[in-house]
Amino acid sequence: MKNLLIAGVGGQGSLLASRILGAVYLSVGMDVKVSEVHGMSQRGGSVITYVRAGDKVASPLIPEGETELLIALEQLEALRWMSHVRPGGAVVMSTQIILPMPVITGQTAYPENIADAVCGCGLQTYVVQAHDIAVGLSDTRVSNVVLLGAASRLVGFAPEVWDDALRVAVKPRFLEINRQAFALGRAALEAEG
Amino acid sequence: MAETMMLGNQAVARGLWEAGCRFVSSYPGTPSTEITEYVSEYPEVYAEWAPNEKVAVEAAVGASVAGARAFSGMKHVGLNVAADPIFTAAYTGVSAGLVVAVADDQGMHSSQNEQDSRHYARAAKLPMLEPSDSAECLDFARRAFDLSEAHDTPVLLRLSTRVSHSQSRVTPSERQERERRPYQKDAGKYVMVPAAARVRHAAVETRLTALTEVAETSAFNTVERHDKRIGVVAAGIAYQTAREALGEKASYFKLGMIWPLPEASLRAFAAEVDTLFVIEELDDFIETHCRKLGLAVQGKALFSPLGEYTAEQVRAVILGTEAPAQTPAAIPGRPPVLCPGCPHRGLFHVLHKMKLTVTGDIGCYTLGASPPLSAIDLCICMGASVSSLHGFVQVRPEMAGQTVAVIGDSTFFHSGITGLINMVYNKSHGTVLILDNAITGMTGHQQNPATGLTLQGVPTHKLDIEALCRAVGVGRVRVLDPHDLAEMEAALREELAAPEPSVIVARRPCVLLPYVKRETPLAIDGPNCRGCRACMNIGCPAIRTDGRVMTIDRSLCVGCGLCARLCRFGAIHPEGEQKA
Ligand code: SF4
Ligand code: SF4
Repeated sequence: MKNLLIAGVGGQGSLLASRILGAVYLSVGMDVKVSEVHGMSQRGGSVITYVRAGDKVASPLIPEGETELLIALEQLEALRWMSHVRPGGAVVMSTQIILPMPVITGQTAYPENIADAVCGCGLQTYVVQAHDIAVGLSDTRVSNVVLLGAASRLVGFAPEVWDDALRVAVKPRFLEINRQAFALGRAALEAEG
Repeated sequence: MAETMMLGNQAVARGLWEAGCRFVSSYPGTPSTEITEYVSEYPEVYAEWAPNEKVAVEAAVGASVAGARAFSGMKHVGLNVAADPIFTAAYTGVSAGLVVAVADDQGMHSSQNEQDSRHYARAAKLPMLEPSDSAECLDFARRAFDLSEAHDTPVLLRLSTRVSHSQSRVTPSERQERERRPYQKDAGKYVMVPAAARVRHAAVETRLTALTEVAETSAFNTVERHDKRIGVVAAGIAYQTAREALGEKASYFKLGMIWPLPEASLRAFAAEVDTLFVIEELDDFIETHCRKLGLAVQGKALFSPLGEYTAEQVRAVILGTEAPAQTPAAIPGRPPVLCPGCPHRGLFHVLHKMKLTVTGDIGCYTLGASPPLSAIDLCICMGASVSSLHGFVQVRPEMAGQTVAVIGDSTFFHSGITGLINMVYNKSHGTVLILDNAITGMTGHQQNPATGLTLQGVPTHKLDIEALCRAVGVGRVRVLDPHDLAEMEAALREELAAPEPSVIVARRPCVLLPYVKRETPLAIDGPNCRGCRACMNIGCPAIRTDGRVMTIDRSLCVGCGLCARLCRFGAIHPEGEQKA
């Protein structure tokens, strides 16, 4: 069973990332379920989507501690969900920081050195400047696909499989920019690893 | 069509299209909204947004009686609004098939309560089907129409957030085109005056017996035999959770039809297993029924009536495995907030500043309740802001000058208008603020009667909110830009002082609408910023504190300019225009 968890903040595009992953697993002939988040949490709240693939998937939710790969679009969300990753699992996280309202209003503080904390907990951790790469492409909205490009190294499958999935999940007029984002993310992890 | 991935809601839409459904009328509500959005893409189906769920179901009943397969979709709280026609449609029955989908929200991901819609099936004596993944969403939606016609009954299709909003594999097929059934006047069946209703009630009871037979024999309910020491009765998402948790360590009685329940089959299954568990989220609906049959079952004594179940919980309870420890670290929460540049923010800032008591309503603007705006005192259900303002002010007339209602445009048409009629009719005081953001925001931008566009984006009559308010008898109606803080405050003072009902339409489109232009982001010049934190009071997620001074996250800011109006030191400017 493949258990992937995408953590982010409403509006960051974790839904699209999960749909691309779903299309990848479907195309290789696996049973797959993708849980999506709509509604209230989209308004800047924490958003968590699950992608599960295997011979036969029952629940769309990943049982606690069974996640193999956490893809975190924001640092605090990486910290929040890393305990769900099973021992020996991996984390691909963006360096982006989005302050939650309780931090903005001063009720609580944003934790420091999150990347170190995640790296130090025994998981394979890859830190990607996904937001900066997206800014470089002049479209901050594609940082989700940058991160997915990086994660694709750990997920496996041939580049063509991913390209087909992009074509299925992304609207035609945004396809090219998402392809570029994906390629840059993939290259970023290569540089890392 | 080849196998593909579909969202549960998308699969329901596909299923009703394949069933030859011709008429759909719904009101948007998370997690049910996408059913109607997807169905609107099929040209063979007439699909619309109705002002509320009662109207939607009544329209669908009319379409069914007129001979076309008809559908209405809503969320659980919407079913409360539609309950009135549904209970009587149970008596009239249908002509062509009639299906009503209701999506429950276990865990309250985006709802004000956690009600269990299964009780409606029993109360209205209607059959209810519950799919557990997208393939079943498609299949059950299709078969629901056949069941409806075979037994002359509306059929309820129960969904849940996790089924509606997860994608899994489906194999779609072609549409079965259907001619309209001939229309036949039949007052004894369709005119529910007492004499006719008494006859129809008897028919409903007879039908329920026949439907129990369907439950016994149909493929909706299946038995999956593995280890017989543990037997599980479950439906929908709870079945998937149980299957995930227990795998082949248990045998399953999977209910696809959750009302009426198959009594003989349940008894037979109970006899096959050593210990029988009912795993169902929310209420003990199936468990109670099993107990009535005299079956020894375990259920709510072991499982919570609150929220969604996880596989770990089920495993811990039934297999006695250790429940996983809770995440220890105190990680700051991230509650939803009004978007940067949201048109409602300025208004809530004024309400907060004026320390008004605010009766609230359902929509994005409910987020005005959270800090730092903290501007809502009460929030019950769609439309309740206006009617509860009336009740509040009648009991506390001394607070009439400081109490207002806030309601969105779509919500106002849904059920706020009747509250306003009541205020005028019963000579109330009080000011109603209609937050017209030119769309139905929270559910993801659905058209409504005031947007001038139909579900398909076709131009239509644009409802004039001001004229409507005047027509119900409100003498004082004015329109303001919610970003104009000073004018809004002055207007509120005036309207609150007036000894009669008044309406202020706060009009500015939702910042997420594609035609709303994003301005240059603003920036705060460090030297001029005194760190007074005045700009933080509007709760814009783009503003943050950086030690002593404030900064603006340029990737979030849409340049609405609201924060600049709050800065008494003139430290906030469009980027590039700083004095430095
Ligand atoms: S979606 Fe529109 S109305 Fe809703 S919070 Fe965001 S900007 Fe405001
Ligand atoms: S201008 Fe100010 S209030 Fe408006 S979005 Fe930007 S930071 Fe937020």
